[in-house]
Amino acid sequence: MPKESDRGEKMKNIYKIQLIGVGGQGTIKASTIIGEAAMKKGLNVVMSEVHGMAQRGGTVVTEFKIGDADSPLIEEGAADLMIAFEPSEALRAINKVNKNSFVIVNSSPIIPFTVSLGISEYPELSSVFKELKTKINHLIIIDAQKIAKEAGNIISENMVLLGTAIATPGFPISKELIIQSMKENLPPKSLKINLRAFEKGFSQIENN
Amino acid sequence: MKVKEILTEKEGGKLFLLGNEAAVRGALEGGVSLVSTYPGTPSSEIGNVFYKIAQDAGVYFEFSSNEKVALEVSAAAAASGLRSFVFMKHVGLNVAADSFMSTVYTGVKGGMIVLSADDPSMYSSQNEQDNRIMARLAGIPLLEPSNPQEVKDLMKFGFELSEKYEIPVLMRTTTRISHMRGVVNLGPVVKGKEKGIFQKNPEQYVVMPTFVVKMRKKLIEKLSMIKEDANHSSLNKTVDKGGKSLGIITSGGAYNYVMDVVNENDLRVKILKLAFSHPFPEQVVLDFINNVDNILVVEEVEPVMENEVLAIIGKYNIRKKVYGKLDGTLPRIYEFNPDIVSSGIAKIVDKELIKREKFSTKLPLPLRPPVLCPGCPHRATSFALKKAIKKLKLKEEDIIYSSDIGCYALAIQPPYKMADYCISMGSSIGIGCGFAKATNQKVISFIGDSTFFHAGVSPLINAVHNKDNILVVILDNRITGMTGGQTNPGVPVDGMGNPAPEVSIENIARGTGAGFVKIIDPVDLKKTEEIFKEALQFEGVAVVITKHPCAMITDAENRKKGISIKYSINQVECSKCLICVKNFACPAIYIEKDGSVNINPLLCDGCGVCAQVCPKKAIEVKK
Repeated sequence: MPKESDRGEKMKNIYKIQLIGVGGQGTIKASTIIGEAAMKKGLNVVMSEVHGMAQRGGTVVTEFKIGDADSPLIEEGAADLMIAFEPSEALRAINKVNKNSFVIVNSSPIIPFTVSLGISEYPELSSVFKELKTKINHLIIIDAQKIAKEAGNIISENMVLLGTAIATPGFPISKELIIQSMKENLPPKSLKINLRAFEKGFSQIENN
Repeated sequence: MKVKEILTEKEGGKLFLLGNEAAVRGALEGGVSLVSTYPGTPSSEIGNVFYKIAQDAGVYFEFSSNEKVALEVSAAAAASGLRSFVFMKHVGLNVAADSFMSTVYTGVKGGMIVLSADDPSMYSSQNEQDNRIMARLAGIPLLEPSNPQEVKDLMKFGFELSEKYEIPVLMRTTTRISHMRGVVNLGPVVKGKEKGIFQKNPEQYVVMPTFVVKMRKKLIEKLSMIKEDANHSSLNKTVDKGGKSLGIITSGGAYNYVMDVVNENDLRVKILKLAFSHPFPEQVVLDFINNVDNILVVEEVEPVMENEVLAIIGKYNIRKKVYGKLDGTLPRIYEFNPDIVSSGIAKIVDKELIKREKFSTKLPLPLRPPVLCPGCPHRATSFALKKAIKKLKLKEEDIIYSSDIGCYALAIQPPYKMADYCISMGSSIGIGCGFAKATNQKVISFIGDSTFFHAGVSPLINAVHNKDNILVVILDNRITGMTGGQTNPGVPVDGMGNPAPEVSIENIARGTGAGFVKIIDPVDLKKTEEIFKEALQFEGVAVVITKHPCAMITDAENRKKGISIKYSINQVECSKCLICVKNFACPAIYIEKDGSVNINPLLCDGCGVCAQVCPKKAIEVKK
């Protein structure tokens, strides 16, 4: 069995990240990039992913703790950072953050078929943002889809959001390590666009 | 990380592995020779990794036709002296149970690990059964890892334990362990034996009554020896945070929640973590109980260890309070998390535990239930069948849709609502036979290609022989889809990626003597509807095979070829009849706030079936 000391250098403070999005948006890929970068830094990291029945279209949640933690699941109100890949999904996981959490929200909604069928409702975007603003002190809303398009492919919106996230104060891993991890986790042919999307996301913090 | 690194990364290196990936590495470090499975979430990724690396690792791997076969393949390998590994989801062990129980009796020569991935909270399962009880029913040693590192390490330990006592070993993970990623320190990969030799010994391997009476006795003797191992194992360890007023006994994923709550709140408690938990290490637990004032048992799902602890308390006439599920300190059902464990502990310690402000929202949130993917051929099958039913003026209340375990059960969602009864793998046809006998309603059984091979053939034989009047729709999407896309006997590739004979569903159906067997590509909606109309009017067993590759396959092929077809709606032609939205219900099609109907290009798969559905021909390839 592993000795405690084998599990990497431990941080005194645990940094807790919640990601939420819709299947197909690349939530898990973004999470893996952060997690591997944390490991490269010599930190302990535990992460929880969703697999199985949630195919494209379902809510996808990953949560993780970087530092001296055993469980990947984040206590309610304890997330330091949340990246919401879709506006209504930010509200779905609102129980995980507090007023001092950094919350990054992609402003492009994904309307599920249940809304078209009239069996569920999508809230007015303005009221979603208003509610988030009243609750969260460090709220960053970006149009990741538009920025990704400018970078060359809307598919890379997950890297836009990742770029913004790592530029927030207190994020425990350097930009260089994240980029290294991107190189190891993304297909070489799309790396250029993804890096461009990431840089554009990174510069959003200054603009916001 | 690339999948191949699970095999190639050297000793001393570390990888950020999923629990399921760690199981693969553990098997490789343990010198495994043969691996078998039937895919089932949350264990599926173990097979996905072996599919990609088994060839290079020199390990034999197969997707067996069901869990019972998978277990038998591994059991025979272990009887031949090879190390074998069979894994499945928790309910898969029910399918394998008959041979599983007997294999514990016969024992093995090479190490054999049976991994059961339980699913607390039933994220993708039909029940919440706790297979630690199965370990007790079978009399098999049980290991419970808490994180990917332990999954890997316990694989190696499990093989050694299995060989020492010539008995298979059960490893129980849960969804949160199988799908948890963590840093894993690696050991060396050990090449397993290529072939074994089976030494004949009918007294050991034939479960005739005269032999099993001896096997039963031997099993009990083995278990009492293994119990001593468990009592002396470093896998069962105490974490002492000072203080003796409370001792917490825990295992698996629950241990992680306990540790996070204890550390965050700086609680002075003792924790007993049991990773080698059956036979229950009585002496270890007794010593622990004697060193604390009160006991709390934290475990997922059933109060299994709690009952064991109460038995020890009773046996030794100890007067101490045991908190857990039975007294309501912790919830009886569903997966735990740090908040649940914290509120349980808060009830019994004299300390205010950290509680944070909890936000909630009153805004309506859109439902995102699992649905058939854009481009899914099952949507075409469902749409064509629904149309045939309407054309024949059959009433919905006169039809029973008997569904099965697979993506097509997602047609339970509106507008299709085509799943009225569904209980287990392969049940659609057997249940259909019962309804056909018990009612005058028209029975339609849905079953996928993989599920048909798994447990659908035998009930189809039953339907034909017992002259049932049912329509069996076999949705052959050329893959085991719901678990993420594994091969099955119906496709020309095996579990190692090698060419393999393609078992014909059509020939099997004809072989049963079913009076009506037709095969159709459901993407041709008109033809499919015509065949369904014929089949619905057929008296007896009618089999319709709708054959079209899963959208996951076609998407991957298109990506490889650089093909990207998207459909869009010509807003001039569109009459807003909403047939594509309300009747066809592809998740890529949606209504804008201004009332116009649009297709989300990010979701559109380019299958073009919606274009056949549109009466105005307003759906066209996007230029």
